[in-house]
Amino acid sequence: MDRGGKEKPVTDAGAPAKPRSGLEALLRAGHFVVTAEMQPTSGADPEEVRTLATGLIGRVDAANCTDNPAARPHLSSLAAGHVLVQSGLEPVVQLTCRDRNRLALQADLLGAACLGARNVLLLTGDGVTAGDHPETKPLFDLDSLHLLRTACILRDQGTYLSGRPLSTRPSFFIGAVENPFAPPHDYRPMRLAKKVEAGAEFVQLQLCFNVPRLREFVARTRDLGLLERVFLLVSVYVTRSTRALRYLRDVVPGIDVPDAVMARLEHGPSELQAEEGFRLALETVAALREIRGISGVHLISIKGQEAILRLIEAAGLLPRPKPGTQPAPAPGERAAPG
Amino acid sequence: MSFLGRVLVAVEKAVKEPLFDCRMCGQCILHSTGLVCPMRCPKNLRNGPCGGVLVDGNCEVYPDRPCVWVKAWEHSRLLPLWRDHMEHLNPPVDWRLQGTSAWANLASGRDKELPAAWTAAEKRSP
Repeated sequence: MDRGGKEKPVTDAGAPAKPRSGLEALLRAGHFVVTAEMQPTSGADPEEVRTLATGLIGRVDAANCTDNPAARPHLSSLAAGHVLVQSGLEPVVQLTCRDRNRLALQADLLGAACLGARNVLLLTGDGVTAGDHPETKPLFDLDSLHLLRTACILRDQGTYLSGRPLSTRPSFFIGAVENPFAPPHDYRPMRLAKKVEAGAEFVQLQLCFNVPRLREFVARTRDLGLLERVFLLVSVYVTRSTRALRYLRDVVPGIDVPDAVMARLEHGPSELQAEEGFRLALETVAALREIRGISGVHLISIKGQEAILRLIEAAGLLPRPKPGTQPAPAPGERAAPG
Repeated sequence: MSFLGRVLVAVEKAVKEPLFDCRMCGQCILHSTGLVCPMRCPKNLRNGPCGGVLVDGNCEVYPDRPCVWVKAWEHSRLLPLWRDHMEHLNPPVDWRLQGTSAWANLASGRDKELPAAWTAAEKRSP
């Protein structure tokens, strides 16, 4: 861990002497990190989460526990994150502004830290109309930038938003999301700059099916001087069928699937679609590793943990490094971001 | 609210609603949003568009309407003033000010009253 501290600090003023999480230690040491999205569960038995977690241990550096994804209720991200901690897998606990006001968000940020989570990912959240309870009252008391700064206030100032002091400060590595593939494209890098100003230390970018667009975004991000201040991870989807890809494009808001990508899957025989989708993900990961300024990948597949594990293996991302170690100077690996 | 106060609210609403589709949040940031009211965003976002903007630039919640923030960005590029205000980090909404006059709150400084730790964080931020 101390060796990581000798690297060029990522957050100029606020770089901590010691990384707050394993994920942060790996990123600061210059490793290309791998995170995966935990499949959300709908049961009260921790064993369901534990089973999923066990499959990912040693294969990913951290796993995201989503917060009512697509506005559909699931086991809470705090509870899932706690089970991950107990299982020996580092969680990235997601919190959205949709279902909680600022009181509940601050309570849950403290709660997440109290239950052992050291990475949080703070986002706006999908609209309630996307889910199976469209009659819900959406809250959106704070926006995601307010929430990022609120997490920083708890951690760095040791108070609630009101100024009332905490007895113990939480220790977090603070993450945000951004979508380089949604309009207005020219504004997205600037919005990322605002998120960094608000406190984001790492960012998980939306699912990437459009590498040229991503390259443009990273170039603009570099122009704004952000690559020294924030780690960029890119989400990659392991497609298993044309139907799943069409669902992402047509039903999930904010996902850009270019026609050429769609056609590539549509034109093959149906029994080979899964294989072609896998190859697409593999090529995307390889392309991302070549982009300077991309520090890792975040892997997603709907109910497809097996596909994620296969991808990690096939992409040559194993074995995963231990926090506190330095990366070997191999092609595709960078010593420091930017 | 006093009679004069109610008149002021009525006048402000009569001017700003047709012009900007203003929602009378009482803490106006139109200069930071290309003169497009951000309170029309179904997620009340004060700092730019969410990640759910559709490929055609429409809103994920109301797919038949353009995203408020896509319009804000485009309009801000056309303004002679305040273009860089799109980079500003706007503070959380004070929901007690809903339906009050932003003009009066600007004059009195009430719209600058923020949670204590937010103000402290602004000072720490470079």
